[in-house]
Amino acid sequence: MTAGPASADPVGTALWPKDNEKFDLSREAGDLLVLTHIYTATLVLGVGALFGLLQGFSRASWITMPAWFDYYRMLTAHGVLMALVFTTFFITGLLTYATYRSIPRVRSVRLNWIGWSVMSIGTVVTALTILSGNATVLYTFYAPLKASPTFYLGATLLVAGTWFVAYDLIENVVWFKRRNPGTLIPLPAFVSVCTMIMWVIATLGVTAEMLILIPWSLGWTPGVDVSLTRMLFWYFGHPLVYFWIMGAYVIWYLVVPTAFGGTVFSDALTRLAFVSLLLLSTPVGLHHEYLDPGISPGWKFLHTVLTFGVVIPSFMTAFAIFATFEIAARKAGVTGFFNIVRWLPWKDPAFAGPGFGMILFIFGGFGGIVNASYSMDVLVHNTMWIVGHFHITVGGPVALTFVGAAYRLVPSLARRRLFAPKLALASIYLWFVGMVIMSFSMHWAGLLGVPRRTSDVSYAGAVGAAAWHTPMVGAAVGGTLVALGVLFFVIVATGTYTTNRRDEDNPDLAFAPLDAEAANTPPVLDKLGRWAALAIVLAILAYAGPLTQQLSAHAYLAPGMRTW
Amino acid sequence: MHIHRLEKIWLAFGMGILAVFVAVLAVAAIGEGFVPPSNIQTIDPTKVAETPPFDHPGLRKVGDHAYEAYYVAHIFSFDPATITVPRGSRVTFYVTSSDVEHGFSIPATGVNTMVTPGWVSTVSHTFSDAGTFILMCNEFCGIAHQTMAAKVVVQ
Repeated sequence: MTAGPASADPVGTALWPKDNEKFDLSREAGDLLVLTHIYTATLVLGVGALFGLLQGFSRASWITMPAWFDYYRMLTAHGVLMALVFTTFFITGLLTYATYRSIPRVRSVRLNWIGWSVMSIGTVVTALTILSGNATVLYTFYAPLKASPTFYLGATLLVAGTWFVAYDLIENVVWFKRRNPGTLIPLPAFVSVCTMIMWVIATLGVTAEMLILIPWSLGWTPGVDVSLTRMLFWYFGHPLVYFWIMGAYVIWYLVVPTAFGGTVFSDALTRLAFVSLLLLSTPVGLHHEYLDPGISPGWKFLHTVLTFGVVIPSFMTAFAIFATFEIAARKAGVTGFFNIVRWLPWKDPAFAGPGFGMILFIFGGFGGIVNASYSMDVLVHNTMWIVGHFHITVGGPVALTFVGAAYRLVPSLARRRLFAPKLALASIYLWFVGMVIMSFSMHWAGLLGVPRRTSDVSYAGAVGAAAWHTPMVGAAVGGTLVALGVLFFVIVATGTYTTNRRDEDNPDLAFAPLDAEAANTPPVLDKLGRWAALAIVLAILAYAGPLTQQLSAHAYLAPGMRTW
Repeated sequence: MHIHRLEKIWLAFGMGILAVFVAVLAVAAIGEGFVPPSNIQTIDPTKVAETPPFDHPGLRKVGDHAYEAYYVAHIFSFDPATITVPRGSRVTFYVTSSDVEHGFSIPATGVNTMVTPGWVSTVSHTFSDAGTFILMCNEFCGIAHQTMAAKVVVQ
């Protein structure tokens, strides 16, 4: 991307062909690549939000989905598109941007394009399989529900594509380290590659699961060990959540301060937070299986303790972000809690998105601790509480942060001014208010006992279900506001490219400088390879016990079924 | 590595709270038996109908105010569809699936467990209040999942 002053630097991509003529040497090439990732995420978000809106209406009994496009098919599409596709494309784009910008060099972007292409092909194949009704298995695809093979193959391609991106980013850091021994990896590249390494370790679980499910869906094997596939899924399923959060943290630490002239509070603590997330995101998946048979209470408790451990980097992040606010405010002569809150640029959509996201994340954290609390999970497991929880985390803090960042990133990459800035700001406020209403309604419903993953909660007029309708209406009202927010975002994002003329003076999405008073970083924090190895060891230690237990119980194999 | 004094206090406070939470959960688990349902017992999911005791699902009285209830979960119903117990009964539920993954939940009680084909799940509850409780599947199991429910009548 940025050729920089040292344009004589050797072209560095160890893996890829050396015909320099075909390398994309300009900044534009990298910009187009990242912009394509971001726009793919935008398109998917729009489609996913429409399905979400219709689900809200169904559950409030305002509409009934027709048999040719039933509720569960739509729910599968919503879950896969939002949880697995939208977030992944945005994060791969964001991390590519952060790595490329902080390591100026002449580079090939071809490997990353291949990654995007493989991800896109996988997404299209999976989405078509779901929409045609051949994979109504929800985004968790619990066996022995058996989807068409193209569902599993497409999802595997989506994951495989991200590995190309991971390789590309890691190669850039290795290239930097070779030429600058003794120098710290630039912070944006460090946090990006740290996130990608965590992701690669996590996706090994779902890849192993796919290696079981693909031959089975093709009819080559007669049955599957259901609990084994569940454990492999959740080995991946929880770090997936932390992949989203780390993506949002990249923006909170490095981009948000630029909205008010702030600085990065501490280089060392930023690295420490990301290294902690790399280590602790994976060995916690059993907290999704507290109510599963076949796993002894001791292993579940081990994962409870580890899950609480992964809260610590979030405490560190909260401190660093508030310190950043306060330091910048004091420099501007503003003191006092309420004055500082008022002083922050809430009318800048690029700040308001992450800013409101942070407020939501406080509640997301509270709920998360309840869910992780071992025996307490019995009260909320598979209720609407859980749905409320993951909407006030991924649908609030994460998605609002991404949308806010996109309001800087898209103009920066497209070299165009932001289209309709007031609409952009409105999208954030609508989304925030809507998410508060929707998520609180869902939490409330969950405490009343309303189950998740159900098209209709009336239970044939059962007495206990009478009180369940009201919070579902609340969720539908809140969901409508969120969907409007998403619509506004899609309009602004596409309008920026299609209606506004090129404007070369439009500033880049920049990364905040380090605070002048920040202390030095111990070199050990920069050793990503060692931390990655330790992360793998921790994952093995946390799973060796429960996995051995399940395998040694000689679980029977279950034949596949299509019950939709 | 230098860590700001206020941050040390903040992190100590946070970790302290987490330690208290873990301690509470541990005491509740060891002292009061508050442990999530974790039965380890396998069964061939294709032969549930001929495997005792699931070949005759239903309620068995095992003592004074003590019952065992054997359930087969299958798309899209539970067998038995209704059980009736006197108020104050302690019921231990044994559930298995003859097809896909199901849930087994009675809202407003602590009864909630996954039902995984190949395994037998257990969960116990004392029904102190009279009433008709909904026993529902709370994991997606197919196109008519929302109709998969049974009744527990407490008299």
